[in-house]
Amino acid sequence: MSRTIVIDPVTRLEGHGKITLQLDDAGIVQDATFHVTQLRGFEKFVEGRPFYEMPNITARICGICPVSHLVASSKACDAILAVRIPPVAANLRKILNLAQLIQSHALSFFYLSSPDLLLGMDAPPEERSILHIAHSHPAIAADGVSLRQFGQRIIEILAGRRIHPGWTVPGGVSEPLSEEKRDKILGMIPPAVDAIQRTLTWFKGSIEKFSAEIEVFANFPTLFMGLIDDRGLAEYYDGNLRVIDSEGNIIAGELEAAHYQSFIGEAVEPYTYMKFPYYKPLGYPGGTYRVGPLARLNLAGRCDTPLADVEWRAFRAMSPRPLLSSFHYHYARLIEMLHGAEKIEELLEDRAILDTHVRATASVNNLEGVGVAEAPRGTLIHHYKVDENGLIVLANLIIATGHNNAAMNRGILQTARHYVQGDQVKEGMFNRVEAVVRTFDPCLSCSTHAMGTMPLSVELRAPDGTLVREVRRG
Amino acid sequence: MSALTTLATVWLDGCSGCHMSLLDMDERLIELSSQFRLVYSPLVDCKVFPDHVDVTLVEGAVASEDDLKKIRKIREHTGILVSLGDCALTGNVSAMRNACGVQPVLLRVYEENVDLQKQVPTVGVPALLDRVRPVHEVVPVDVFVPGCPPSADTIYQVLSELLAGHVPTLGGVAHFG
Repeated sequence: MSRTIVIDPVTRLEGHGKITLQLDDAGIVQDATFHVTQLRGFEKFVEGRPFYEMPNITARICGICPVSHLVASSKACDAILAVRIPPVAANLRKILNLAQLIQSHALSFFYLSSPDLLLGMDAPPEERSILHIAHSHPAIAADGVSLRQFGQRIIEILAGRRIHPGWTVPGGVSEPLSEEKRDKILGMIPPAVDAIQRTLTWFKGSIEKFSAEIEVFANFPTLFMGLIDDRGLAEYYDGNLRVIDSEGNIIAGELEAAHYQSFIGEAVEPYTYMKFPYYKPLGYPGGTYRVGPLARLNLAGRCDTPLADVEWRAFRAMSPRPLLSSFHYHYARLIEMLHGAEKIEELLEDRAILDTHVRATASVNNLEGVGVAEAPRGTLIHHYKVDENGLIVLANLIIATGHNNAAMNRGILQTARHYVQGDQVKEGMFNRVEAVVRTFDPCLSCSTHAMGTMPLSVELRAPDGTLVREVRRG
Repeated sequence: MSALTTLATVWLDGCSGCHMSLLDMDERLIELSSQFRLVYSPLVDCKVFPDHVDVTLVEGAVASEDDLKKIRKIREHTGILVSLGDCALTGNVSAMRNACGVQPVLLRVYEENVDLQKQVPTVGVPALLDRVRPVHEVVPVDVFVPGCPPSADTIYQVLSELLAGHVPTLGGVAHFG
């Protein structure tokens, strides 16, 4: 008889998600849905607020990536002011943005996914947590803690606190960088680079253990999108958007991010509060694309920092075409951490980083502004319209994780079809269905500009709906 | 509490910032973990809230039918319930939608800002409550820790005192925002 399996909550994820699997009479998964179950409504309740409050309000979309929102929001506000911010201010925001990339990737890799990667997907559930890893693999756990701390400390030094800081403001940043702070951050970089390289070494050594997962973890053709600079390299703060297909062909070379509405649309499905962005010229769902670390490394022509470039080449050498398996998001995250650390060092070693003119001041000169940046999880877009007094009349936010929504849903179906079959389903199979979602490192608070959570039960129902058997897991 | 304290952490309608601040204890979290067992949390793979937990940290406001059911169950099965962070304490940013009402929010998000298949999701997702509420408006709370988020130092102090069996005294170390 057909049955529904609900995995609720999906754990070791940021935010709230539940997965429903529909199996037919033969026990084959016919449908899989990823439900995001909360919504806060930032796009509505900010109406009437002064635009310059938006960075700090939208920071509260997410406690992992508030800096991403601060940066994109500030850029939208810069556009409303119609200012070009001083170059040093842009560079300081870049450093903040990269520090966040590092801490967020460390959270995803070590705190959320390392239990699966180190113990295997079939490890007992009670062992699959960072606290257990601290006992079973103390050196690796220590690297994870210190790398997340590295990114968070840089944010704290620059912006005053780790979570929901200020400092990033319309027009630039609120105060310049002191020599003392610069030197402090520079001193933190070499041990962080060492830790990332240690991690890359053991991770690369373990990839072949996951060859089965790599085959079916959201491994299918999609477009990829991300910001690139004028050299065709991955860009995290500025640049234009590029879209490539799964063969590596450039579909759209240089899209101006401010005009995102001409090429990105959003669809709604009835089963989730998270919307579905799609690439308009190819419609929905044909225009499904992925963003984030895997996309960015697929898009990049090369990497412009030396150590990361070596790693990037090894990564891309795995295939002559873009890498399609979402399992490789984990690997891509590590390379981005390395690139981020090198880039921060490069930016700090420029003497101009200590310049004291860090903010352009103006008042409302445009009634509309769009700010785009690459968040850890992908492209982030903040779009505001204001009245003559600078009060928000419209806000549209397209969040990094949202772009991956369609791919995540397809990925769950693909993984579930492979691992969840018939009556006897081992617990590790369910973990794999969750693990494919973890590869995307979704930020569900962000994606619905809201949050929520849920648990796991299997119900066996007869065709008339009566409950035949219920199995709970956890 | 002399034996290992059982600890749970939960996020309702918030941003996970309070949990991130908990993680901002860095290696102190690992040190403290010798004194507790984390029995339910987004960080572990337990799917059902245990029958009894000594201490539960709750982040976020009560904003959906799911949150409501969840917090009532948690209260029933918890010894000491801690409201962690401003959303749990006052509603904070999560409650900003109270000024607009639920319908205008859903209209804006799922009809006005959408290109295709405009509709309000209702399948497998919980209904939003008319008003977002702080945790203590729904269930009794034993300890309140303000902050958006509370600092890692504050959380470390609160957790240390709870693990030692004391009611935490927060005078001067915690503040809103």
